[in-house]
Amino acid sequence: MSITDLDLYGQAILLLAGLIALTSFLMLGQSRLVRLVVIFAMQGFLLAAATALAAGVLNYPHLYISAALSLVLKGIVIPFLLHRLIRRLGLHRVMDTIDHPARVMMAGASLVVFSYYVSLPVVAHSPLVTLNAIAVSLAVVLLGMLLMITRRQAVAHVVGFMSIENGLFFAAVVSTYGMPMVVELGVAFDVLVAAVVFGVFFFQISASIDSLNVDQLSKLSEVDK
Amino acid sequence: MAWLLAILETLLFIAAAPLLAGWIKRVKCRLQNRKAPSLFQPYRDLRKLYRKQPITPHSASWIFRAAPYIVFASTVLAAAFVPLVTVNLPTARIADVIVLVGFFALGRTFQVLAGMDIGTAFGGMGSSREMTISSMAEPAMLMAVFTLAMSAHTTNLSQAMNYVLDTGLVLRPSFVFALGGMMLVAVAETGRIPVDNPATHLELTMIHEAMILEYSGRWLALIEWASQIKLMLYGVLIANIFFPWGIAQDFSLQALGFGVAMIALKLAVLAVLLVLSEVLFAKMRIFRVQEYLSFAYLLSVLGMLSHIILEAARVHH
Repeated sequence: MSITDLDLYGQAILLLAGLIALTSFLMLGQSRLVRLVVIFAMQGFLLAAATALAAGVLNYPHLYISAALSLVLKGIVIPFLLHRLIRRLGLHRVMDTIDHPARVMMAGASLVVFSYYVSLPVVAHSPLVTLNAIAVSLAVVLLGMLLMITRRQAVAHVVGFMSIENGLFFAAVVSTYGMPMVVELGVAFDVLVAAVVFGVFFFQISASIDSLNVDQLSKLSEVDK
Repeated sequence: MAWLLAILETLLFIAAAPLLAGWIKRVKCRLQNRKAPSLFQPYRDLRKLYRKQPITPHSASWIFRAAPYIVFASTVLAAAFVPLVTVNLPTARIADVIVLVGFFALGRTFQVLAGMDIGTAFGGMGSSREMTISSMAEPAMLMAVFTLAMSAHTTNLSQAMNYVLDTGLVLRPSFVFALGGMMLVAVAETGRIPVDNPATHLELTMIHEAMILEYSGRWLALIEWASQIKLMLYGVLIANIFFPWGIAQDFSLQALGFGVAMIALKLAVLAVLLVLSEVLFAKMRIFRVQEYLSFAYLLSVLGMLSHIILEAARVHH
């Protein structure tokens, strides 16, 4: 299935898939936490747009509900919660250090190639038009993991975790027309609860080690510095 | 006939470049609430410079004297290869986009040599900065070009434009990424804000101006003109590769007239975009240019990857 055989809506879904991958890369390179959250919100918006388009193209009205859910939760509510947390913890001026930005980017690009290679057999056996995007959704999952590995700030870890969820959601949309409504509602609720619980955790961590830098967690508190 | 047309088109290209510079200046003045000079001010500046006597520094060798001519000639040759008003011209057929990048590199090399030739501190500093930036901008540009080439199955500009025209409007993720990468590279290579500021002689920030500080008279006029042509070249590349609609596909008078009007319109719009970004962003620190250009490279690489992943034809078993 070449892109020229699709109609404009199908092409737009693939374009949005590309842009979602781009937001993952932007998150990977962004060291300011506030901007990180803003990019995460953008990813949520793009995801909602792609889902809504898929609902229109494939004629699956229940995907509209998923689109609305991800728009409200991932585009607005969770970024808002994270942003408020960052303000409250006084982290909005903190620069998270990225040790080797160029190496991280190259690792990211390799992950995209890897997920393309892994998803080749899946794509070859299905006539579904949007399935080309499955490699992208897998890449978003892996890039989210990479984000969690390369960062020290706990907030960045949470953003990485949420973007993994974005990737899984996108995979469900492009490969199986979305999950059953019950599952989707459950996951959406779980993510929201996770955001709240993480917030509580942040306060606990920062109260006990006076920082959200997780490198500090490897030190023993009994030992004098 | 076709060759005559090609020569005419190149002449039009060269003649229109200062006009584009004047237009950019005018829009920028408007946005900054200043009084704008006339659209034709760049022509007057060039004429004024051309009449003045050029002065050679004591330490200058032949490279310093030859560089303006080489820079200008290589830019004009590059302009001859880029389809402006019409595709399928014989000049566009003999060279592809890699030759174009080569001509840019040739002009730049001599500019840099001339900057170092006179042995002043500013010349050497500008040259070293120019080379640093171009060594990072060139891979990004080539990568963007290869992304296009993979869709169009050619590196020839004229054929690539024909391909885009024939397939009609297709939302290709790879083209969107390549367009982004190309725009960032164009800003860096033509020395505009946020990479370089063409309007200042502030010693610590200048790149292009530092190299040509010792030039005067008609040599300066040639270099200024060449950089105006180069700016227009990048504009035409972006406008005609990604939005080729309106370019003449045959040599009838009607199509050519429409082509001229369309490219003028496209360049005017692109210039407004450029000015908007110049007004909104501050010039960045020179050590941050590397981040900027690696972002351009990332966009181009993502364009290439998304072409392979999202667009390529699959074989069904």
